[in-house]
Amino acid sequence: MKKEFNFIQSRKICVIISLCIFAVGILFNIIFGTGMDVSFSGGTLVRYSYADTIDADAVAAMAEEVLGKDAEAALENVDNTDVVTITFPKEITLEQQTKLNERMTKDFEANKPVQVEAKTLSAPMGHQFFVKCIVAIILAAAFLLVYVGFRFRRIGGISAGLCALLALVHDLLICYFVFVIFRINLDDNFVAVMLTILGYSLNDTIVIFDRVRENRRRHKNAPISEIVNLSVNQTFTRTLVTAVAVFVAITVVVIVALVMRIDSIMSFALPMMFGVISGFYSSVFLSAPLWALWQEKKANK
Amino acid sequence: MKRTAKPVFFIVALVILVLAYTSIFGVYTYFGDRRDTVIRGASDIRFGIDIRGGVDVTFGAKDTDIHVTEEQLDGVKAVIEERLVLRNITDYEIYADTANKQVVVRFPWEADESNYDPTKAIGEIGQTAQLAFHIGDATDPETGKPTGDLVLTGNDVQSANAGYDEENQQYVVMLNLKESGKKAFADATQKQYDNNKGPISIWLDDQMISAPAVQAVITNGQATISGSFETMADAQDLANLITSGSLPFELEVKSSGTINPTMGVKALDAMVLAAVIAFVLIAAFMLIYYRVPGFVAVIALLGQVAGSIAAVSGYFGVFNSFTLTLPGIAGIILSIGMGVDANVITAERIKEEIRAGKTIDGAIRSGTKESFWAIFDGNITVIIVAAVLMGVFGPSDSVFGWLLSPVMRWFPVATTGAVYSFGYTLLVGIIFNFVMGMTASRLMLSSLSRLKCLRKPWLYGGER
Repeated sequence: MKKEFNFIQSRKICVIISLCIFAVGILFNIIFGTGMDVSFSGGTLVRYSYADTIDADAVAAMAEEVLGKDAEAALENVDNTDVVTITFPKEITLEQQTKLNERMTKDFEANKPVQVEAKTLSAPMGHQFFVKCIVAIILAAAFLLVYVGFRFRRIGGISAGLCALLALVHDLLICYFVFVIFRINLDDNFVAVMLTILGYSLNDTIVIFDRVRENRRRHKNAPISEIVNLSVNQTFTRTLVTAVAVFVAITVVVIVALVMRIDSIMSFALPMMFGVISGFYSSVFLSAPLWALWQEKKANK
Repeated sequence: MKRTAKPVFFIVALVILVLAYTSIFGVYTYFGDRRDTVIRGASDIRFGIDIRGGVDVTFGAKDTDIHVTEEQLDGVKAVIEERLVLRNITDYEIYADTANKQVVVRFPWEADESNYDPTKAIGEIGQTAQLAFHIGDATDPETGKPTGDLVLTGNDVQSANAGYDEENQQYVVMLNLKESGKKAFADATQKQYDNNKGPISIWLDDQMISAPAVQAVITNGQATISGSFETMADAQDLANLITSGSLPFELEVKSSGTINPTMGVKALDAMVLAAVIAFVLIAAFMLIYYRVPGFVAVIALLGQVAGSIAAVSGYFGVFNSFTLTLPGIAGIILSIGMGVDANVITAERIKEEIRAGKTIDGAIRSGTKESFWAIFDGNITVIIVAAVLMGVFGPSDSVFGWLLSPVMRWFPVATTGAVYSFGYTLLVGIIFNFVMGMTASRLMLSSLSRLKCLRKPWLYGGER
């Protein structure tokens, strides 16, 4: 018989590990803050490809001079193309954009600038969209928990749901900190990642609880922590194999994007990669053991 | 339990291979140069503007206090569609968001235009295009608006065409007036002709384009606009605007995004490469780790990917094609990873049963039975998530948008369609995974297990 690993006993260490990661994340968040993409903060972003070398400060100065608005410029490499990115914290109109294009082509003629990307959004619209995304995450989490509570009502749906929720919050925080630590601006990809990790992490938790339910039927008199431990062990290979498969899939995307310098997909793939690890970890090492603890406490009363 | 016949495996596998081949390469018939699409393949997929470049714009009422009816918004939509078609843009996406009085339009970069100006295109598509003819060319010094009586509006115009005026050597827009306009125009030209050949001014959105002096009374309903066109294309643009009609209220660009087509193509190649590598790696892993159930899983996975591609390209007649974006492709890749889950759960269960001493048949039977609910519950969570994603990032009149509308109606529609596509590929990926895992995988596995050469427990995860 396979040796059983005691997941219940390892929970203290796991909680400490998670808290340490959070501490690092919070530290980074305080130092660097949270970067917001134009689609959330509002404003305008214009990108020009260029040849040779270009002075970002000169571009910013030109932009401020033409439109009389605050502007910043930075040199970047987006999808294997050298670009200069001009950002306006306050959005500019299309006419102003045309004016900017004209001046850019005139003043930096030698660099052959071509506008490759432009994004404009008013600040109120951006904020509304941000709130909408947050509501979406909460809504999805609520739907999922109602489902968990319903499916596992026999083994204490509410406690199972709350433990699952704890794991979910853990995973969402990890995803968020990946955005912060790697200094990726939050955009709609952020929401896509958050929601996917929600679904993925809960999937793992459910498979474990499913086994708990089954084992409770089989071993009626066994203590709850033993049942949970048995269930986690029985499902461990499955959880690990699936996690490896999903991890391989998304890591291939990250590596290909890195090698071919396709940054636009990175804000999606990189946090997703970490989210998959977190989703696996939180289900196996956090939610199930915590649920066992809860049930034990309840039984002792 | 009835035993599955041996040939079942080959039939199911063949069906999946045919589906995979046709969904990727499509089926076409050729008559000389003409190519007719019987089944759409991967090359017929409509890619989002993040891949092939294009424009993404949200128009809203400039005056936010006005009351906008659903009919008016549909009118705006119709006018914008007309304008896009007149510009030879047919594969656009447009939807009206009634709750927020907005219209979202996405259209690809105009083909073969190297020095295309997307900013100009947005401006022209969202122009109110209120055409007006006024008596005289006098304007109010304060507002700059015409003071003369209104003669005609765009509604009185039957058709507008660009042309070249040989006599004066200039480009013109020729208007063919409706009956309603003919009489008014005849009366107005008569009045101005009598008034020392005075002018009639032509206005577009409170801007005077020209104010020609009336040389003769025009009774046949033919009017021309001249004077402000440098090229034939300029004249054609105005003709198109007039033909498509004017908007019921003034629009403002609430948000816009443009992407040059050079950017996305590289990203597409990278994503396709990533998809192939991911598939090969996962297939190899499954094969080595689970042997026979792994082999079945690989075929099922192929079926799942083929199904996803088919659902995007519009392979099945009942479903429309769906715009595929970069996150959308990531969704397909991600579902390759998640897609093994159903097979993994079953295979693990079979392994457990075999190690507990069951026969191969018994293990497969109870393994598939016991794993059903775990697979079902696991898939449901991802389906819920995908549905929320589609509801939040998709058009408000879609199924999921409608389901979430009690909450989401208070918020504006999403400004980009990239994530909507992700929700879709994730959803169809999971659904195909479930269908394949529940049907094809099981049939193949129980059929394969009857082959003599495959009756060693080791092949199903038992001890050697």
